[in-house]
Amino acid sequence: MSGDRREMSNKKMTIHLRIWRQEGPATEGKFVSYTVQEVSPDMSFLELLDVLNEQLIDKGDRPVEFDSDCREGICGSCGVVINGIAHGPLRATAACQLHMRHFSDGDTITVEPWRANAFPVLRDLVTDRSAFDRIIAAGGYVSVNTGQAPDAHAIPIPKDAADQAMDAAECIACGACVAACPNASAALFIAAKISQYTFLPQGHPERERRVLRMVQKMDEEGFGNCSNHGECEAVCPKEISIGTIARMRREYMKAVLKRGGTGIE
Amino acid sequence: MKLESKVPGGPLEERWDRHRAEIKLVSPANKRKFDVIVVGTGLAGASAAASLAELGYKVKAFTILDSPRRSHSIAAQGGINAAKNYPNDGDSIWRLFYDTIKGGDFRSRESNVYRLAQVSANIIDQCVAQGVPFAREYGGYLSNRSFGGAQVSRTFYARGQTGQQLLLGAYGALMRQVDAGQVELYCRREMLDLVVIDGKARGIVCRNLVNGQIEPYLAHAVVLATGGYGNAYYLSTNAMNSNVTAAWRCHRRGAFFANPCFTQIHPTCIPVSGHYQSKLTLMSESLRNDGRVWVPANPGDRRPPQDIPESERDYYLERRYPSFGNLVPRDVASRAAKKVCDDGRGVGETGLAVYLDFADAIRREGVGYIQDKYGNLFEMYEKITGEDPYRVPMRIYPAVHYTMGGLWVDYNLMSTVPGLFVLGEANFSDHGANRLGASALMQGLADGYFIIPYTIGDYFAGAELGAVDENQDPVKASIEECRQRLEKLLSVRGKKSPRQFHREVGQILWDYVGMSRNAEGLRKAQSLLSEIREEYWEEVRVPGEAHMLNKHLEFAGRIADFIELGELLARDALHREESCGAHFREEFQTDEGEPLRRDDEFSYVAAWEYRGVGEEPALHKEILEFENVELATRSYK
Repeated sequence: MSGDRREMSNKKMTIHLRIWRQEGPATEGKFVSYTVQEVSPDMSFLELLDVLNEQLIDKGDRPVEFDSDCREGICGSCGVVINGIAHGPLRATAACQLHMRHFSDGDTITVEPWRANAFPVLRDLVTDRSAFDRIIAAGGYVSVNTGQAPDAHAIPIPKDAADQAMDAAECIACGACVAACPNASAALFIAAKISQYTFLPQGHPERERRVLRMVQKMDEEGFGNCSNHGECEAVCPKEISIGTIARMRREYMKAVLKRGGTGIE
Repeated sequence: MKLESKVPGGPLEERWDRHRAEIKLVSPANKRKFDVIVVGTGLAGASAAASLAELGYKVKAFTILDSPRRSHSIAAQGGINAAKNYPNDGDSIWRLFYDTIKGGDFRSRESNVYRLAQVSANIIDQCVAQGVPFAREYGGYLSNRSFGGAQVSRTFYARGQTGQQLLLGAYGALMRQVDAGQVELYCRREMLDLVVIDGKARGIVCRNLVNGQIEPYLAHAVVLATGGYGNAYYLSTNAMNSNVTAAWRCHRRGAFFANPCFTQIHPTCIPVSGHYQSKLTLMSESLRNDGRVWVPANPGDRRPPQDIPESERDYYLERRYPSFGNLVPRDVASRAAKKVCDDGRGVGETGLAVYLDFADAIRREGVGYIQDKYGNLFEMYEKITGEDPYRVPMRIYPAVHYTMGGLWVDYNLMSTVPGLFVLGEANFSDHGANRLGASALMQGLADGYFIIPYTIGDYFAGAELGAVDENQDPVKASIEECRQRLEKLLSVRGKKSPRQFHREVGQILWDYVGMSRNAEGLRKAQSLLSEIREEYWEEVRVPGEAHMLNKHLEFAGRIADFIELGELLARDALHREESCGAHFREEFQTDEGEPLRRDDEFSYVAAWEYRGVGEEPALHKEILEFENVELATRSYK
């Protein structure tokens, strides 16, 4: 197996790129074509953009702006639509973990920013995802002050529950779910957070308030509604299940029925 | 200036309790009159900002990223230590304290480390209460595993994403305070300067990274939690935006920089694959619980790993360190890997790698067991390398990971600039010359949740803090300096991109101030770096303009600071004529090649005072006093 890899590493590729360039939120953008030669299959997709940017700087052109930080698929900073798919063709993989070995010599790759009203483009491939922070601020936590906690073993939690909470908690808030959804809904993002807490005893006193406020905030921020397309689950780099959305709906209905109206005091 | 550590007296076990009983308090009604700036929103910053806001202080929190939840603490994989002794295997506060002091090779402050061990248990309680989904056993209780440098299982974890889950807990607490109006959150802001008025830290100057505006923010105190400087080496496990600029700007304003040469090279990272490489990826130390490290016994053996029989393999960690085996501390494991590769027994294309092999564990426990414990790490490895670690051993090599050095702080976590507190990786305080695995998360959260909330009140209650405003000269001067520096970077229009410079600086540091150092190399590094510093301001080519989103301009400023820091790093490494922890000076080793500490001469913290660009900094020594532990030669044999 390592033998195959060595052979592959030596083969360099030529890659053509069509990249969305946009000066700022208020200006119109357009696709611009570039070519990068000597692309190693072991290079990550974002490293390809790094190499392109070095070339652009050399020529005195403006480099392509894109967000990236950990490059390990966990911080959620990166996020570009690659050939029409949020984070590109590889399932369960953020753009930073997508390697060029999944492309072929001579390919033309189209690169766009997330497109959603709630995520305005700031420049090129950089978008403003602060709406996610505002949704979390509306209830995506357990309200416990530092120092109030009882001993960690005071409440045993079944392993299954802890594991399911963890499955949901893995969300990295990259926004691919929104970018992939025809309605630009943030349902999967919110459902992941709400689901995490439905499995755990912590935070139950505020569970109704949480779901009502977070859903209301999602609507205010301009995200669309969920109509079960399932595109979100398909592109999620952390494979958050669409089942979390069903769970959120149950949680929401229970809260509305219990508290009446929108239920928010 | 004399360094005063402000360590309280009395028995070690009672110091923190006594200190808390003796320090001054700010009444609930008065807390709202104090503004606190928190820079950085990783574990230390987010936990501090949330906890201070809960107490009633008015907090402004800043991050260079687009959301606090993306701070690099999120990438910590393996776990967090705490002296809970839930497994009943002999752990205690004392033992965690001792392991940490010993792991740091006796170059940290006893009182700080003991306090860290004391509050470690509270951290787990707090995080569980926040809904952090730690791994659990079928009985519903928390699961533990082992990390390097310890013979007990005290590490709590959430799969291979412990940092993520702890950060999301702290981030949730922070966003709750944003919702309550107690915290004003400023994202995509980069701190470019510290504002010092009448000798006290009173604010910061930031660049708004979206529109390029230079913005001053003022407060009664500044809390810096901006992480480490590992990215000075260009290739490291740090995130692309991790940098030293905020800390370095504080250093230039009077904060001493302590032990910069204590940089941790982590033994288990995915090896470099090419020139384009932008960063290195860690494979969690927790893998060493089940993975066995080996290389071919014979130099030049190029057979695939499965074709090399047991008898021709060298499990060198198990051989050299039988009692700790694959779980020796990071510095020991890294040097051992470097040695076998230097001996020509490295594997992979470059020969700069060793195997981390799970075949035995898979045979013993089954694939399911490995999947459950490390599944996401195995997937990540396969994504990056294209190889399946369930079938072939991982190839790993050491990479720069963490920096024990940082801004000097006293017991209250205050720097040499009054009113400037430094938390987490950005300070130097707890890990001595080498940090043990799963202790960074512990320290970040200890500082933020349980230490700064007490010590900042003591400062406010005792300090004279008059009103300040943006029209005061120090604020205006600082804004002007920041603006001019950006303009200067843009006006050079030279031939080399910031990244090219960064790569060169990183190579120098890696070659001469890396895992193995000697006087000749360190002098060479110093002269090369001072040349690069001058060349930088004549040859750098920064694209774009200042008044817009311009990431290359951001990077250009950070690289200029990395160069200056690099000079200090080399200087510190040259002056410390001993080997301790991660700092290995070839001239000072035992016959067996183990580090040789020189306690009589170097049992101190080296705190450097800035004296100007290219000027020799002044060295101040904080003598380390060991009243409770005996200085011993570290042995993991």
